[in-house]
Amino acid sequence: MSDIQRHSYDVVVIGAGGAGLRAAIEARQQGKRTAIISKSLFGKAHTVMAEGGAAASMGNANPNDNWQVHFRDTIRGGKFMNNPRMAELHAVEAPDRVYELEAWGALFDRTKDGKISQRNFGGHEYPRLAHVGDRTGLEMIRTLQQRVVQLQQADAEEHGDPEAMIKVFAETTITELLKDGEKIAGAFGYIRETGAFVLFETPAVVLATGGIGKSFKVTSNSWEYTGDGHALALRAGGTLLNMEFVQFHPTGMVWPPSVKGILVTESVRGDGGVLRNSEGKRFMFDYVPDVFRKQYAETEEEADGWYADPENNRRPPELLPRDEVARSINSEVKAGRGSPAGGVFLDISTRMPAEEIIRRLPSMHHQFKELADVDITKEPMEVGPTCHYVMGGVEVDADTGAALVPGLFAAGEVAGGMHGSNRLGGNSLSDLLVFGRRAGLGAVEYLDSLGDARPAVADADLESAQAEALAPFERETGENPYALHQELQQTMNDLVGIIRKASEMEQALEALAKLKERVASVTAEGGRAYNPGWHLALDLRNMLIVSECIAKAALEREESRGGHTRDDYPEMSAEWRKVNLVLGMNDKGAVTLRRQDLDTMRGDLVTLFEDDELKKYLTDEEQSAVQRIRETEKGE
Amino acid sequence: MSKAKFRVWRGDAGEGELVDYTVEVNEGEVVLDVLHRLQATQTPDLAVRWNCKAGKCGSCSMEINGRPRLACMTRMSTLDQSEPIAVTPLRTFPVIRDLVCDVSYNYVKARQIPSFTPDPSVKPGEFRMQQEDVQRSQEFRRCIECYLCQNVCHVIRDHEENKEAFSGPRFLMRVAELEMHPADTADRRLAAQEDYGLGYCNITKCCTEVCPEHIKITDNALIPMKERVATRKYDPLVWLGSKIGRRPADTPKVPNT
Ligand SMILES: Cc1cc2nc3c(=O)[nH]c(=O)nc-3n(C[C@H](O)[C@H](O)[C@H](O)COP(=O)(O)OP(=O)(O)OC[C@H]3O[C@@H](n4cnc5c(N)ncnc54)[C@H](O)[C@@H]3O)c2cc1C
Ligand code: SF4
Ligand code: SF4
Ligand code: FES
Repeated sequence: MSDIQRHSYDVVVIGAGGAGLRAAIEARQQGKRTAIISKSLFGKAHTVMAEGGAAASMGNANPNDNWQVHFRDTIRGGKFMNNPRMAELHAVEAPDRVYELEAWGALFDRTKDGKISQRNFGGHEYPRLAHVGDRTGLEMIRTLQQRVVQLQQADAEEHGDPEAMIKVFAETTITELLKDGEKIAGAFGYIRETGAFVLFETPAVVLATGGIGKSFKVTSNSWEYTGDGHALALRAGGTLLNMEFVQFHPTGMVWPPSVKGILVTESVRGDGGVLRNSEGKRFMFDYVPDVFRKQYAETEEEADGWYADPENNRRPPELLPRDEVARSINSEVKAGRGSPAGGVFLDISTRMPAEEIIRRLPSMHHQFKELADVDITKEPMEVGPTCHYVMGGVEVDADTGAALVPGLFAAGEVAGGMHGSNRLGGNSLSDLLVFGRRAGLGAVEYLDSLGDARPAVADADLESAQAEALAPFERETGENPYALHQELQQTMNDLVGIIRKASEMEQALEALAKLKERVASVTAEGGRAYNPGWHLALDLRNMLIVSECIAKAALEREESRGGHTRDDYPEMSAEWRKVNLVLGMNDKGAVTLRRQDLDTMRGDLVTLFEDDELKKYLTDEEQSAVQRIRETEKGE
Repeated sequence: MSKAKFRVWRGDAGEGELVDYTVEVNEGEVVLDVLHRLQATQTPDLAVRWNCKAGKCGSCSMEINGRPRLACMTRMSTLDQSEPIAVTPLRTFPVIRDLVCDVSYNYVKARQIPSFTPDPSVKPGEFRMQQEDVQRSQEFRRCIECYLCQNVCHVIRDHEENKEAFSGPRFLMRVAELEMHPADTADRRLAAQEDYGLGYCNITKCCTEVCPEHIKITDNALIPMKERVATRKYDPLVWLGSKIGRRPADTPKVPNT
């Protein structure tokens, strides 16, 4: 084990996206020595791709907005399956987290009176997304990156070394978490550049590794999204919540084939873009579900009137939550009313002047021009659903981000619960900040509670982690990881995609079991330095476990809700609403599944909703309980 | 579907060579797609750095037929395919392997620039700035840190010896961004000249030409910075007069960075 670098830190944050950086900044600000680990270069994490904005009820565009309204929208969007405490913390704290970015140098677009401007987005009652054109994620990453640098400058002055208290290990991948008994003791991985192994000895690990989209063929996600954090948590004894809830964003590019899946931001619709089928019809009016009937316009006139006068008009149906829009597009295409490349048309060109489009949506204009030879100021875009976000994730404590394993924390897309069965646009960027900070604080508190008793890494564990990582080089025969990856993606896309049924998911589970055997004998060629084939061979293991979790949970949940649509169980069920599906892993490495009650919503929160709305989601018994709460409130 | 000929630089820090490949190309594909196909079908260990494949992260910078480009935004249809397409790593930075370079120089330079310094009496949430005032710095904040401008600038492209004294267009632009930030109170003008090497820039605009974000680096950041430095040098009172109480002294470079 001579070639293992060893480092010792108070807190190790895996992931340098919004959640990871915010967690690390907090841990460092609380005086802990912190390491940030990232598969890509510093400043390139997936968060950089976020376009539309960060949701926070600052009320700059509409003073009626407040955290209660944001909370209500979030719960509606998640179809009442959100962890209510998380949704509450998120709505309450998001504005302060956005203001904090501004104090660290972020430059958001402004309102006329010089405040942070806020834009409309699907499912949000008021304009709520703080944004910078359509590159908000870049602004967030850069601001947090520059905040880390600022802290390093302070440390350089105080300790003579900028990396004394917070250090970034870029292009470094964690492949295993190591424990001492029940507790986290370290994280093991390799450095991309050299292929050398590295051990971080630490009592507290914050997972902020993002999502799982690379298990699907058509996705807006980058190569980083191989579900590493989900798999690391499972292998370390943690649990995953509701992995069946996968968000298919309604508008991904569909042409040319090589860019299929790349995101077309929801801001196009938020700013006035409309969806049409091949007959030129604005078909979304036909797809407003009963639960949302009251809030959405019934005519084009009313919908168009809403942009200028939201008090007297209802919202356009193009701005329904994402799951609804994605399913509607899917149905139009299936009914033969799709566009030539198999999507539908998204048109902004007839809705505002060219200069206005370029000012508001510069990266979309650029993206279509460069990649598809389409000028969005002159013609419509062709779009279709793309795998975008996973609502499911590591089961955590709402206040501290603590997972079931002592010393393990999770925040951001890798964590579950916050978004219920469907995430609203803009709620991820704010989630990263709110829960990134909380997980950082959670890790600090845990550390303080440990005192001087630090868990230790056992040599045997280190040896087996190393052997596992080297295995693909040792095998004489075996398959190429790229071909296996493609097969996995096709399986998930075809059999566990946007519309699901039992027979197909059973087929998927069989196919995944076979793939598992083949992945166990995958090979890598060449040396250890910067070898993408080897990296993919290791990532495949994680993608497979995560895919199995998704398929298993999706087969179990016999209803349709948010990011989980069953052809064979098309209705939403009030009984199923109360059930969280919890996935774990047993000693033999097999995925386990159990049911667990969803936390009930506190009285003052549930009464933010009208009875009319609650009856669409809750059982009779639950509704009577709400009645009793309302009566007690009146009594007081 | 058609076939294209590629000449890809293979090797590591020590040495390397151009290797010829013939590879399938489909409609609408970009150079990065073709490199991925090479990995999947011919050479699984070909080192390529990339992330978003949408021109947003600035990871996939390389030289394509000698021109610094993002591989994920270079469509095959824009290249002459009758000749082999040469793909090589950025020239200004040391090669790690194949098409991947060590860009740590840029992170070092970033750390030397004093950070955003707001007036401490303004609390978070209290900033008031007009759109027209933030717009200038917003243009520079579009930067995706692809370092193509750093790669192409002749001051360091073939002059390793200048790297110490010159931060490159990306970071001179960062100085301009902070100087033009309406809520910043530090003064980095002298440092721009003395520590970051603004004087080395002779406004050739090569950086602007390669910027995939179409940021007008030279016209909007570097030239105005040169003007500001000149005012600071020759007539500090004019500047101070308008900023009394706000920019009391030059903000020095951070020690130990
Ligand atoms: C195209 C696009 C547009 C979007 N637009 C919006 C939007 O407008 N508003 C919004 O709210 N949300 C948006 N989202 C969603 C949002 O961007 C993501 O959910 C969010 O950025 C995830 O952030 P994160 O901090 O959890 O992880 P990420 O930013 O993805 O970071 C993950 C980090 O973990 C690292 N990592 C992963 N595995 C390992 C490992 N094994 N070892 C070491 N490091 C590892 C990665 O290198 C990376 O640094 C968008 C998503 C996409 C794809
Ligand atoms: S304009 Fe200045 S910074 Fe840009 S390439 Fe020329 S010399 Fe370099
Ligand atoms: S200024 Fe332009 S070329 Fe330079 S690093 Fe930024 S995006 Fe790249
Ligand atoms: S891969 Fe992100 S810019 Fe090319």
